[in-house]
Amino acid sequence: MPQKEPTFDITKHQLVPKHIILSEKEKKEVLEKYGVDETQLPKILNTDPVVVAIGAKPGQLLKIIRKSPTAKESIVYRIVVENNE
Amino acid sequence: MAVDTSEIRKEIKKIVGKKFLPLKIIDELVEKSVKENLTKEQIRELVKRTIEIYERNLIDPSEACGIVGAQSIGEPGTQMTMRTFHYAGVAEINVTLGLPRLIEIVDARSIPSTPMMNIYLKDKYRKNAELAKKVANQIELTELNEIAEIETDLTDLTITVKPDKDTLNKKGLTIEELFEIIKKMKKISAEIRGDEIFIALDEPSYKNLLDISEKLKLLKVKGVEGINRVIIRNEPGEGYVIYSEGSNLEEVLKIEGVDPYRTITNDVQAVGRVLGIEAARNMIIQEAYNTLSEQGLNVDKRHIMLVADIMTVDGSIKAIGRHGVSGEKASVLSRAAFEITVNHLLDAGRRGEKDTLEGVSENIIVGQPVNLGTGAIQLVMKREKMKRD
Repeated sequence: MPQKEPTFDITKHQLVPKHIILSEKEKKEVLEKYGVDETQLPKILNTDPVVVAIGAKPGQLLKIIRKSPTAKESIVYRIVVENNE
Repeated sequence: MAVDTSEIRKEIKKIVGKKFLPLKIIDELVEKSVKENLTKEQIRELVKRTIEIYERNLIDPSEACGIVGAQSIGEPGTQMTMRTFHYAGVAEINVTLGLPRLIEIVDARSIPSTPMMNIYLKDKYRKNAELAKKVANQIELTELNEIAEIETDLTDLTITVKPDKDTLNKKGLTIEELFEIIKKMKKISAEIRGDEIFIALDEPSYKNLLDISEKLKLLKVKGVEGINRVIIRNEPGEGYVIYSEGSNLEEVLKIEGVDPYRTITNDVQAVGRVLGIEAARNMIIQEAYNTLSEQGLNVDKRHIMLVADIMTVDGSIKAIGRHGVSGEKASVLSRAAFEITVNHLLDAGRRGEKDTLEGVSENIIVGQPVNLGTGAIQLVMKREKMKRD
């Protein structure tokens, strides 16, 4: 059997929730709504496979729509940071 | 009916307005409203009450949810079997369960002690035993000594590989393919002689002969590195599913016939590497929850979710413990209170660290009220009001 290069989209894997890149304006709104600054948000590395796949850059805010067993859907935010390792 | 629910849903969302209700509760409300055939007035009342109850049940600000979570997992954890080697779910595959597995998960171990994968197949393959077998053959690691006899001739300093025809067929290999694989080895020249492969050394010597024959034995002929054994099972409603002992998510997902969107491994770090931090978080929750409930322990998912959240806030998977979450706390006293006290205090002293006494353990150490629960608020009295009374 011939082996093919991986041609699948990891963002469609059942374990991977939806990641959406927010615009600068939306980012500001989120920070204002929660009264936090960037450093207080959960982080996601710029080397994360999903970040690479959707092409997010450090400093951008991702909106993640998780499937939650308790609330069916829950929205969290992660800020893209540079991977220093 | 379908139109009805969307209408009611809109109505409910309008009533909820700026307040918040989780989607799950809204779904339930919609369902109930349709079933009971409620009037608009009744729906309004229902939603209003629901919001009231929902808000009353929210965790209070400054509630020590971490401690509650730790207790809730720790207490049933004491009843876990200390050492269990079970055959879980799949016959013949040995999986670490119980406390050792739970420890493994929160330690964010880079390789689990019994890695395994559930490999789901694409539609075409999962209904067909032949095709499923073929995929399994692609996955299971086959070394040369499993399919062939390797004879070394000490007088001529040559090696003869005699493949077993039946096993070769079973693995779907031909002698030519085998030859191609062997040919790629360094420092040898090989040729096919009938059913055998004859190997001569470029630099004949005893040592080389032994080295090469050892290498030949372990030569990977087919399969994926790390996958030692596979088992195919026919699951009702799903078709053929491959279970593997050993795990290599990166490579298995590339194999044709494997459904890359559903295939999973119990190796949390690999999930993080291949599918990202959010997938790893999901995997931690799933694995920890399954480990606990498999032992008959009922721990609320929210506690486990909190653990998974803490382990993944930084973007990489951190262990709960000295090398991870606890070792990276900002406060010296808090770190010292956990483990290796003297070293932490000594290092901090040498560096001239400051402790701002914001956490819980620091404040307990110095004998102050903690900044938590009732300790988090200060009372302010309005003097005018007092006078009026």
